[in-house]
Amino acid sequence: MDHVHAPPVPAPTFTVRNLTIAYSGNPAIKNVSLDLYPRSVTAFIGPSGCGKSTFLRALNRMNDLIPGVTTQGRILLEGEDIYAPGVDVVNLRKRVGMVFQRPNPFPMSIFDNVAYGPRIHGVTDRDRLSAIVERSLTAAALWDEVKDRLHKSALDLSGGQQQRLCIARLLAVDSEVLLMDEPASALDPISTGKIEDLIDELKNRYTILIVTHNMQQAGRVSDRTAFFLSGELIEYGLTAEVFESPRDRRTEDYITGRFG
Amino acid sequence: MRDRRRRNRLADLAGRGLLVLAAAVTVAILLALLLYVLVKGLPLVSWEFLTALPRRMGRLGGIWPTIVGTLYLSAVALGVAAPLGVAAAVYLAEYAPPGRLTRLCHFGSETLAGVPSIIFGLFGFATFVIFLGLGWSVLSGGLTLALMILPTVIRTAEEALKAVPRAYREGSLALGATRWQTVWHVVLPSALPGILTGLLLGLGRAVGETAAVLLTAGSSLTIPLSPLDPARTMSVHLYLLAVEGISLERAYATAAVLVITILLLNLLATRLVRRLTPKGGHA
Ligand SMILES: Nc1ncnc2c1ncn2[C@@H]1O[C@H](COP(=O)(O)OP(=O)(O)OP(=O)(O)O)[C@@H](O)[C@H]1O
Ligand SMILES: [Mg+2]
Repeated sequence: MDHVHAPPVPAPTFTVRNLTIAYSGNPAIKNVSLDLYPRSVTAFIGPSGCGKSTFLRALNRMNDLIPGVTTQGRILLEGEDIYAPGVDVVNLRKRVGMVFQRPNPFPMSIFDNVAYGPRIHGVTDRDRLSAIVERSLTAAALWDEVKDRLHKSALDLSGGQQQRLCIARLLAVDSEVLLMDEPASALDPISTGKIEDLIDELKNRYTILIVTHNMQQAGRVSDRTAFFLSGELIEYGLTAEVFESPRDRRTEDYITGRFG
Repeated sequence: MRDRRRRNRLADLAGRGLLVLAAAVTVAILLALLLYVLVKGLPLVSWEFLTALPRRMGRLGGIWPTIVGTLYLSAVALGVAAPLGVAAAVYLAEYAPPGRLTRLCHFGSETLAGVPSIIFGLFGFATFVIFLGLGWSVLSGGLTLALMILPTVIRTAEEALKAVPRAYREGSLALGATRWQTVWHVVLPSALPGILTGLLLGLGRAVGETAAVLLTAGSSLTIPLSPLDPARTMSVHLYLLAVEGISLERAYATAAVLVITILLLNLLATRLVRRLTPKGGHA
């Protein structure tokens, strides 16, 4: 790990202030404030149920779809409050794309899955669509496995292939931020390696936020790490520092696997 | 240990036996019914019977006008109930905020689905035939049938839409699709087989309906040309032939044609469902 030379700190992509999110009154995120930086990877770690997915889904307002969710505090995307009245949520979600914890390809062909985003955003030219599909599938390390069956159902792919398809589907849309909720939890070590290489490459262009239960993975791919516990942000900093010299005892316990 | 396993196996066997028996009895009754109608009716069915005009109230001749009437009325009923019902279901399943009004809509359609068809007939008679002045006509009958099957169409379509996994919707919305794009490109195609099944159920009811049609479309034996012409469906024809003692054999022959029509419609719809099911999709 050579994160010792920290990059100069640019203006944050997301500025989160005093964020509290509750499901029907039960808080899942409690008063969290942090800044998320562009062209870098931020990892979110913490035990199951600590609110990582909830936090991630707040950033593209996916939580709006769940009845009974209340969101307090402020989230600024490049200075603009994304929860302000009158915000174009559709455009927000186009800018802030998401890969879900469970792969969710549409019940259509592989090609149509990847072409879905460009199509709804107005691309109709067949050649251009084909080019986008090939580029996205290649980037998601799936092209070689599916290039002969592009017009077969996406539901017949293996779980790991489906997840890479969902990543390809996202890459086909020109987002600025990628939210990845445990993108590798259903993958074998080889596919996981491919995804990690991909993340490494993509971070030159995107702001990447990734949830993972795998400490090695967090250490390998991320520049910064945020540790959550029961909805609270316990520690947030450069990955090298969080892993090598955590300030909080609970972070250390969790990272070293001594957590109850 | 071994004993228990044996007991389990026996119970499994007995359970399976009962299920097979139940299935066999059901199929046997259905087959018997079909065979009975076909055996009694088919000998009289000929090309002439299908294509000729009836003479002497149906004692002689064929049933051509009633075939036309049946198809005509069903087309009007489906043509009205399908778009209206599916649109209502999309609203209820995808847009309506959960609350008083939505619950009221559900209650309404559930109650309407259980209302006897003769009530729809009376309503159609009062509204379309008399009040709107459409008289006994294909339009009055078709609209009445549309109202009658609407609750079924709405409820099955809504169930089908609700069965579409939330993950599909989230996946689409997360790519920056609008609500409507999501419904149109992802949700509706996935729900299509279920929706079609509901339409088919409605069609079956419409084709088989007698009383409500008699009250609203009349029982004229001429071929209906305009939607404002009165018409007689096969079901009505068969009912009148039998009840007025005109000709029981011809009633059976009409019944045979009716049954075959419904079978054909079912086959067609199953084909359609299979064609339209999303590739490798869940049905
Ligand atoms: N739809 C929901 N309705 C009610 N409560 C929810 C809902 N989703 C999550 N929660 C609750 O909010 C808390 C945080 O959940 P969240 O899914 O964000 O955790 P997580 O850190 O992503 O966990 P995991 O690592 O298991 O995915 C949990 O207590 C969970 O039970
Ligand atoms: Mg989660």
